[in-house]
Amino acid sequence: MKQFWKSMLKSPSGVVGLIILLLAISVAVFGPLLFPNSPWRMVQRPFLPPFTLSTVPLGTDALGRDVFAGMIFGARVSLLVGLVSTLVALIVGMPIGAMAGYFGGKVDDALMRFTEFFQTIPSFALAIVLVAILQPSIYSIVASIAVVSWPPVARLVRGEVLSLRSREYVQAAIVTGQSNTWIILREILPNALSPVIVLASLMVATAILLESSLAFLGLGDPNLISWGYMVGAGRTVIRQAWWITVFPGVAILISVLGLNLIGEGLNDALNPRLSREGR
Amino acid sequence: MLSFVAQRVVKGVIVLLAIVVLNFFLIRLAPGDPAVVMAGEAGASDQIFVQQLREKFGLDKPLPEQLFIYVKGVVTLDLGFSFRQQAPVSKLILERLPATLLLTLTAFAISLMLGVLFGTFAARFAGTFLDTAITVFALIFYAMPIFWVALMGILLFSVTMDWLPSFGYETVGGNFTGLDHVIDVAKHLIMPAMTLGLFFMATYTRMTRASMLEVKRLDFVKTARAKGLSDAVIQRRHVLRNALLPVVTLAGVHSGTLIGGAVITETVFAWPGIGRLMYDALLQRDYNLLLGVFVICSAMVLIFNLITDLVYRLVDPRIEFAS
Repeated sequence: MKQFWKSMLKSPSGVVGLIILLLAISVAVFGPLLFPNSPWRMVQRPFLPPFTLSTVPLGTDALGRDVFAGMIFGARVSLLVGLVSTLVALIVGMPIGAMAGYFGGKVDDALMRFTEFFQTIPSFALAIVLVAILQPSIYSIVASIAVVSWPPVARLVRGEVLSLRSREYVQAAIVTGQSNTWIILREILPNALSPVIVLASLMVATAILLESSLAFLGLGDPNLISWGYMVGAGRTVIRQAWWITVFPGVAILISVLGLNLIGEGLNDALNPRLSREGR
Repeated sequence: MLSFVAQRVVKGVIVLLAIVVLNFFLIRLAPGDPAVVMAGEAGASDQIFVQQLREKFGLDKPLPEQLFIYVKGVVTLDLGFSFRQQAPVSKLILERLPATLLLTLTAFAISLMLGVLFGTFAARFAGTFLDTAITVFALIFYAMPIFWVALMGILLFSVTMDWLPSFGYETVGGNFTGLDHVIDVAKHLIMPAMTLGLFFMATYTRMTRASMLEVKRLDFVKTARAKGLSDAVIQRRHVLRNALLPVVTLAGVHSGTLIGGAVITETVFAWPGIGRLMYDALLQRDYNLLLGVFVICSAMVLIFNLITDLVYRLVDPRIEFAS
């Protein structure tokens, strides 16, 4: 673990990514406490340009709502949806991949055809259809993003399990009569975890992009303000008020960038063999 | 070669059928009794009309039979009727398909060409300032949501500089013909295609760079160098050709994302393709149309995957079709 942090902190992208993520998380957790302005409330005249009033630093939108407050509350939604949907995707994808890789044969065939099927369906289109049909809410959004993002997890885990399964220590566990569940959970999965962690950090980034795109199209949770919703709402007035679309977009960009950088840093830290080469 | 294609086509058709079945159940998941919804959309909702609709669309039959009717319809390209637009879904989609193909294929070509170009440069000058600059830009483009890139493009090139039109497929009332028409459409195409292409360009740049650096260290490159081949020939013929393989794979994997991106791009730029159609269907909760577009998108992805598979086999000298 110490070794891990050491190499993580040695990789510049990992450090930058960690700083960004910590910043985003603290904004999401503490921001609303320090900044009690409701993002839905009118606080000033509409279309107030940014940097004119210190109480509304980033100006107001078409209804006089505080853009800065929206961004702070939006951080909660983006990060929450990103993390939870990734978690759900892992919970779905890991057992499928592990079973396919461990049992092989027909089980593997069936599970992989199932996975491939989901991988061929255009993911964003499916997410749109699912959210539209289930009605937009934070639950349907998380569920749809999870549904479209688990297949790569399953494939990755399958590959790892497949190679670990033939190792001697696993064979030994089989010989000693351990149950399959025990072997998968205690012997194999812990050793297959590092590439999954790297993938998960990238999936959170993709999930944030997906969530913001859905919200941009009007498929966000109507009760929660989010960055994508703000950009979508500012879109029609972009000629008069650039700040409504620019700032929330920058917030999305920075968070996604941070998570991608963490992914690279994790990759360097967890697969030291790969990372030093080719750079 | 032929048997490979046939095998892949059969597999694709099976997947497509599965998607159609999934689609059928998704329609049933949509809120409300479909007949009542349809009657509402048609603007009348008395009991007799609803019953008529039920019979007409076979909604009074048992579920397996309904499924059979639906699948049979899709096979004959009957994707249902859009009451909002008062037209068959397949007709609406066919009208919009060329615009989407133009947009996605242009974006794809741009992203692949620029991505491979930048990636090659970055790998060639690995560790220099140029490499760092390209890598940082690729990282940033990779993290930008497409809808935001589109809006920033409009802000910069339409609102501020007034260089490019911000919406549509051609100038309304322009009535251009011949070359003028082509130029007019091209002007409208630049921004949407670049917007959609940037994200993928970033992906291909990163992939090409990583993959070239990996291939560069392999023994056959040393052999080529030992044979006295010039650096340019080695880069082009030996390194790039092999480094392109993962890029081709990635292109296939990303075709679904490309279609998804087209929905957003077409929405922002009012580009008259099926992505925009999907958005309209979404706004009006026109589920027949929404799911029709979804099936067609899936079919496009399958076709695109088939093509990339073929290309992969053409590019990679090691794979033979016989298997």
